[in-house]
Amino acid sequence: MTFLKINNLSVDYQMRKETVYAAKNVNIEVNKGEILGLVGESGSGKSTVGNAIINLIDEPGKVSSGSVILGDLNIHENSESIVKYRGNKIGLIFQDPQTSLNPILTVGEQLIETIQTHLKLSKEEAKNKSINLLKEVGIKDAEVRFDNYPHQFSGGMRQRVVISLALCCEPELLIADEPTTALDVSIQSQILELIKKLTKQRNLAVILITHDMGVIAETADRVAVMKSGNLVEIGETKKILTKPQENYTKSLVSSVPPTNKKISRFVIVEKENSDKKENNIKILNRWTKKEIIDQDLVQIKNLSKSFDDNFFTESSKNSVMAVNDVSFEIKEGESFGLVGESGSGKSTIAKMIVNLFKPTSGDIFFDKVCITKIKQRSELMKFRKQIQMIFQDPYSSLNGRLKVKDIIAEPITLHNPSISSLDLNNYINDLLESVELTQKSADRYPHEFSGGQRQRISIARALATQPRLLVCDEPTSALDVSIQAQILNLLKDLQEQLNLTILFISHDLPVVRQMCDRIGVLKDGKLCEVSNTEDLFLKPGHEYTRELLRLMPKIESIYN
Amino acid sequence: MVGEETSDEERAELRETLGLMDPIHVQFSRFIVNASKGEFGISYQLRRPVSELIAERLPATIELVVISALIALVTGTLLGVYTGINRKGFLSDFVLAISLLGVSLPTFVIGILFIYLFAVILGILPSFGRGEVVDLGFWTTGFLTVSGLKAIILPSVTLSLFQMTYIIRLVRAEMMEILQTDYIKFARARGISENSIKYKHALKNGLIPVITIAGINIGTLIAFSIITETVFQWPGMGFLFIQAVQFVDIPIMSAYLVFIAFVFVMINFVVDILYYLIDPRIRVKGDAASG
Repeated sequence: MTFLKINNLSVDYQMRKETVYAAKNVNIEVNKGEILGLVGESGSGKSTVGNAIINLIDEPGKVSSGSVILGDLNIHENSESIVKYRGNKIGLIFQDPQTSLNPILTVGEQLIETIQTHLKLSKEEAKNKSINLLKEVGIKDAEVRFDNYPHQFSGGMRQRVVISLALCCEPELLIADEPTTALDVSIQSQILELIKKLTKQRNLAVILITHDMGVIAETADRVAVMKSGNLVEIGETKKILTKPQENYTKSLVSSVPPTNKKISRFVIVEKENSDKKENNIKILNRWTKKEIIDQDLVQIKNLSKSFDDNFFTESSKNSVMAVNDVSFEIKEGESFGLVGESGSGKSTIAKMIVNLFKPTSGDIFFDKVCITKIKQRSELMKFRKQIQMIFQDPYSSLNGRLKVKDIIAEPITLHNPSISSLDLNNYINDLLESVELTQKSADRYPHEFSGGQRQRISIARALATQPRLLVCDEPTSALDVSIQAQILNLLKDLQEQLNLTILFISHDLPVVRQMCDRIGVLKDGKLCEVSNTEDLFLKPGHEYTRELLRLMPKIESIYN
Repeated sequence: MVGEETSDEERAELRETLGLMDPIHVQFSRFIVNASKGEFGISYQLRRPVSELIAERLPATIELVVISALIALVTGTLLGVYTGINRKGFLSDFVLAISLLGVSLPTFVIGILFIYLFAVILGILPSFGRGEVVDLGFWTTGFLTVSGLKAIILPSVTLSLFQMTYIIRLVRAEMMEILQTDYIKFARARGISENSIKYKHALKNGLIPVITIAGINIGTLIAFSIITETVFQWPGMGFLFIQAVQFVDIPIMSAYLVFIAFVFVMINFVVDILYYLIDPRIRVKGDAASG
């Protein structure tokens, strides 16, 4: 039976000049014991809908029309009435467990306060109930942990605490807004299992808001797809993912990197420029293209890096081994993938290769020269020119005070101070075109661009010095899936035409499978195994790799 | 230190007893050794040991500073919370406008204005001095007499105004920021009452930076008290210091400055300990990794 009914819900943001619709006439129904997935890209209004149900929209937004019926109660009758349903009938889980708990109150204090707000229980009873809840969500030693502060829990444990807080007054509807996005894949699967288990046990109605199609495929019973505030399509998960009706859903599904096979390019339904191949050739004229010889471009030998916890005590007890005795080679012209969970040391290795960190021990050879031993600045500059990096966050890796052309010009003039301004401008334009941006972009500032466009600027900047090795540290994890597909296609094209060698760092296994020729798996600073991509996915050698593969959310699971 | 008719022999003898004939580094190390024992010599002007003079004046300054700090902290926090929560009200705008005055007007101008208003025109509060004080043996206090209590109002309010406005703005900014955080949003989503969200969840977090700033500022209050004490002829250390400056009374000045430095260090030490008590994230750093 239908438990939650959202009728014609609209949310507006009254701006000075215009009214922005964050959600427009959305109709959704959810049954008890069912998980409804709400998917869409950033800005699609999926979180807005989740927050609008309990009328928790930030100023100046407001719910302008529509009704929300929970059971037989109209909970949007007036703005005061909704307050008493919050926490009581409806529980909400937010994305980032690091920030959703009050840091200076113990977990127990927060639980007891919430329970006593809604239920008439004594402090002692509330405490017992809290401890049982903590046990139910899988926290060991709940009696002791009850008195701990949030920072004493790890990310996954904290999300469990958040879930216990959302469920402590036995709500009948749970809204989970990207509950696993900030978590590692192994913890993600635990949290999703927990949500599924609780849904069945407590007969909850659950709305799971996410951008991750793999998560949807594995957890949701039905899916609603949103785009720019509108509901595009709603239906059974299997039907939506296998036979999408709307064009937008089709493009969304096809942008998701498949986990079970390697494809040559991502299919982009919405806009695929057929003539863009020609653009790329322009910077080729300037490019001193290296013929690929069968040799190792990068050799990493027994590399270690430790971060000392305390400046004064140099004892090895306090130091954390971020990278521990790692050795591997990257062949010229190949894409080498480094995968691992957060804290596995993959970014630390990248930073040592581009010489932003000094290794504690071990050597890095680039083109047979040991770059970790170079002392002279001028010598080092030669290598810096050949190794360039693309960072994860396109918002913070571009200087907001510089125009795009100045951002790109900086590395060019640094390595070639004698370049004429005409030549420089032409070069910048060629670079912009190679990353499929228009020449007009040169005179604009980074904030005028979207995340995907900014990442293109980062790529153009990295290509400006004509590097041989491109280190990409999670280049697409801050991007929407359709944008991710475009950026990954671009990187593939560039690599093919410019004979680039790529070190591709990611936590996202499906993406790595599409991008890389060989893959190294890292865990806690140690390299578990290195093997060819297809071998790794088909017959993983190491226990940890098998574990990662088993846990990764698979969009294909819907076919089973 | 000597009169007109003192003979050259007596002058030389005095130089010898005062140690002025020794090389500079010997004199300086003697100063350090004595200072570490709390002996700063004898005031040139008053011919009494400096430590005695300071001890005599200390209670007046401490009472003034404690009262101003309390006024600044309590009113500043209350008004800061109010303006942080009610961002658009008339009263908030009014408080913020007044607080601008507090920041921009120098202490002595405010002090003189207060004297003119409350002592000259209204005639309800004394314009100078400490009033009657009660000697407890180790401490002289103005808190036990009516005139003493009346006398402390104007100087302490004057002294506190600058810090108060500072704290208002700080608390307001903190509250506004914290009310936007995820954990406040999550608390709302759990149906926690608005009062608890504002005064328990938000304010407790908002006070952490206030404590740091307040600690440093109590030191500044003591320093600022020189001006206030001069304006109100308050018989405290600041007043003593100003008089010492006029007579080039170096022992008093050095003793005062060393004392102020000591107070600054002590206050910061206490603040660090308070931090440790208030913020659990600092307290249990050791086992954070085990979670």
